[in-house]
Amino acid sequence: MSSTVPSAVKRPRRPKGRIGGHGWVAPVLLILPTVIVIGVFVYGLIGANINTSLQDRHTIGPSQGFAGLENYRDLFTDDDFIYSLRNLLLYTATFLVGTLCLGFLWAWLLERKSRGESLFRAIYLFPMAVSFVASGVVWRWLLNNAEGDRASGLNRLFESLHLGFLANPWWTDERWGILAIAVPAIWQLSGYVMALFLAGFRGIPEELREAARMDGASEWQLYRHVIFPQLSPVALSAIIIIGHMSLKVFDLIMAIAGQTNYTTQVPATQMWIEFTRGDYAKSAAIGTVLLVIVAILIVPYLVSTYRQERRR
Amino acid sequence: MTTDAIPAAVATRIPGERSRGIWRAVKYILLIGFALVVLLPAYVLFVTSFKGLGDATPANAWKLPESWETAGWSRAWEQLGPALGRTFAMVIPASIISSVLGSMNGFVLSKWRFPGADVVFTLILFGMFIPYQAVMVPLVQLMGNLGVPNGIPSLIVLHVVYGLPITTLIFRNYYAAVPVELVEAARVDGAGMLRTYASIILPISAPAFVVVLMWQFTSAWNDYLFALFFSTSRNGPVTIALNFLASGQLQDYSASMAGALIASVPTLIIYILLGRYFVGGLMAGSVKG
Amino acid sequence: MNATRKALAAGLAALSLLAVSACGSDSESGSTDEVEVFTWWAEGSEKAGLDALVTVFDEQNPDLKFVNGAVAGGAGSDAKNVLQSRLQNGEPPATFQAHAGAELTDYINAGQIEDLTDLYEEKGWNEHFPEGLLERLKQDGGIYSVPSNIHRANVLWANPAVLKKAGIEADTTYDSLDAWIADLKKIKAKGIIPLSIATDWTQVHLLETVLLADLGAEAYNGLWDGTTDWGGSEVEAAIEDYSTLLSLTNTDRQGLDWPDATQLVIDGDAAYNIMGDWAEAAFQEQKKTLGTDYTAVPVPGTDGVFDFLADSFTMPVDGPNPEGTEAWLETIASDEGQVAFNKAKGSIPASTTADTADFGEYQQTAIKSWGEDEIVSSLAHGAATSVNWLTDITAAVAKFGSNNDAAELQDGLVEAAEDNKPE
Repeated sequence: MSSTVPSAVKRPRRPKGRIGGHGWVAPVLLILPTVIVIGVFVYGLIGANINTSLQDRHTIGPSQGFAGLENYRDLFTDDDFIYSLRNLLLYTATFLVGTLCLGFLWAWLLERKSRGESLFRAIYLFPMAVSFVASGVVWRWLLNNAEGDRASGLNRLFESLHLGFLANPWWTDERWGILAIAVPAIWQLSGYVMALFLAGFRGIPEELREAARMDGASEWQLYRHVIFPQLSPVALSAIIIIGHMSLKVFDLIMAIAGQTNYTTQVPATQMWIEFTRGDYAKSAAIGTVLLVIVAILIVPYLVSTYRQERRR
Repeated sequence: MTTDAIPAAVATRIPGERSRGIWRAVKYILLIGFALVVLLPAYVLFVTSFKGLGDATPANAWKLPESWETAGWSRAWEQLGPALGRTFAMVIPASIISSVLGSMNGFVLSKWRFPGADVVFTLILFGMFIPYQAVMVPLVQLMGNLGVPNGIPSLIVLHVVYGLPITTLIFRNYYAAVPVELVEAARVDGAGMLRTYASIILPISAPAFVVVLMWQFTSAWNDYLFALFFSTSRNGPVTIALNFLASGQLQDYSASMAGALIASVPTLIIYILLGRYFVGGLMAGSVKG
Repeated sequence: MNATRKALAAGLAALSLLAVSACGSDSESGSTDEVEVFTWWAEGSEKAGLDALVTVFDEQNPDLKFVNGAVAGGAGSDAKNVLQSRLQNGEPPATFQAHAGAELTDYINAGQIEDLTDLYEEKGWNEHFPEGLLERLKQDGGIYSVPSNIHRANVLWANPAVLKKAGIEADTTYDSLDAWIADLKKIKAKGIIPLSIATDWTQVHLLETVLLADLGAEAYNGLWDGTTDWGGSEVEAAIEDYSTLLSLTNTDRQGLDWPDATQLVIDGDAAYNIMGDWAEAAFQEQKKTLGTDYTAVPVPGTDGVFDFLADSFTMPVDGPNPEGTEAWLETIASDEGQVAFNKAKGSIPASTTADTADFGEYQQTAIKSWGEDEIVSSLAHGAATSVNWLTDITAAVAKFGSNNDAAELQDGLVEAAEDNKPE
């Protein structure tokens, strides 16, 4: 990118400030359509959704009046909703840890020039191009929970490789079933995290590593004091992106377990069920709860971005 | 980065040839092992799509086909063919429009200071993270009121609107690395904002456009949630048609697997051809915190 | 740079034009000679039935054009959502499919479908359909749909060859569930799956037949109008039987749908399966003979009771073509329509005067039962309860399938009844 910048403009000190003062009418006009559209489609609708969640509207007819926080109270005293929240938490944790570890491992293995690097990179990255609906088709088979004689999918593979002890009920297990859903998700997105870390690794100037080695640092110290700190913004990006994708999980579960299955209930599937049967207020309330959970993850990040901006 | 570049003084610290050899062997074993694991589902998809009806059952998942048949593929194509065309008609305009808009937004937000600019950026960014379920109920009503036809037109509008935050973010980060003097120089020369955009910014935006277009293409192509609410199997994209194919009660496994492959081909091609640019674009600072 | 901009603009314009033309060609024209029929019959015997019906419709109404509005996926749940969306946005199809009975309650309460009582009078349908059926179709004092077929839910399918292998006589009849369960355990001891079953809704189906068997027709009916106590000992005993039966089924049930469970019986991997008589179509398709390759009898304990469900069509309020809708409903009700549809679909006609001489062997037995037996409404298929109630019951049953807590299941059922029983 910087190759097109005329050398006369390159200076050792690179202020990255912005143009201020008068003449901001044009930029404001340029950005106004986006602001309006986002204002309506994001904030306006969030408001409308919160409003619906406060209504007494549990059938496909119109609202029966204001219900205050009753819908929320009902949700949080509902065992099944609590179970779906627990599932969501487990799923998110597993998904995050899985993709971060695998993505980092792959990036680390590939960051030094290796033979066939582009081939490996393409292989690890390709699942990302597949939609959850499409991958659900095959993962449904792979995660089939029959064991023994009728085993198919991964259970059968394990048994034929004499790894039969790995065969398990996958997503039909009551306590940990949801973790089975994390498997296809990790498969799908570890490549993306790998790409992020690869970019991060390549962004670390070689001089830095050499300097550390010259100073007598061992490999481990090199990683701990030079590489990991340089990679932490990348890790943070990955956590934010994977984290928020995880909280929205819906189509993967629909494709693999269907919407009514108990062991894989998450707020998003419950929301769909309520919406389908016309309980719009409850559906909207679940949506709002999801939004709050996502906000807890995202808002600190946004606030720090905002502060960074102010400093520019 | 080979070991030749490391000065002799450091070379003495490197473990002996043998450990390096072992390490390299371990590395490749790991890489190949992981690659095989990652390719497992693709193998099952591929192999099952060529099986005849009786052969294509979960019990036979790992076996090669008894006889290689293409009937599954033709049945899948029959179902998905029309949807593929519609999906392109949705994804291409949506990606291009949201990329161009994102680029302009990114330019403004990275290079201009005006009252509320930072707040605006943060607020736009938040839109990227909302769970769409949180707005689905009123969104259905809004789209109905706006009179946007169900199916592809609705989906184009939605993918553009909800694509704005991420495209804006990527471009803003990308342009942030461009020295502001470039822009100032253009202004000093008398260029208006749009002129500056077109003559200074746009020409150097290719890497960011690649990342953004790839991301938007994939995200719109693979979307299921919006398609579910705003289209039907008759006027909707390939994800809905695939779901139709795969979730029928009378399971046609070979056709569904073939269908899953067909539905993934366009995005796969993009990732294979342009994968290198994706990582490159990420490196150019577009998605770093 | 100007050239780049121009090229970009031109490209954008061209692509937008392409997009517009691509979707322009699918726009729904909704002219008054079109009848858009909204169903989820997109494949298999259901599609065959629909196609046969369309042939009759075209014959009877040469100046009207049938438009297929079928939406598949999720056993009708996707279709129901799309339908809701359209009804709420004021774009109803000319007619839509729904189960006859209490499933219509939501539509009725929201004022989305017309009361057809007058139409029934006018067309003489009150004499055309059996009294028992008309009773069950009445909701809120009116009749809101026209039935196209009758299905029986309490059917037990078996593979005689498998029974023989397990040492059981193929034509053994059972008076009660207990007697049957004893034999099921024998089959399990031989390493064969005694009873095949699939995902959540088929489990609700099983529960329904167990309730019918253990409670008897009258108490079963009482479950839906509040006269039978869901928390009582009768229901408790039924749940216990249900639990035993579920433990005798295949463990991979969650990932299967009904055809997979039926296939287990066809293939000889399982001995028995309980499913409605749309399963007949699966056996027929694979050229199996009733009596030799498979048997079909009422679920043990429910002999003499016909657990019915019916598909039917409605007339939406403010539809795009009321005359077209009426013509469609007439075709549905007509003998030709009933015969064509049911022959292909494997169900039996609702009308009393349809000529059923060349219907299949199983269907003949079903027709006989329909004429003689006591009729009750199916839970799992929209006849006995509203959608909300069924959804709540399904959730409780799904939960039980995972955690095997009988007390919790009964509590869930009690709560479902509390929340949903008609006032």
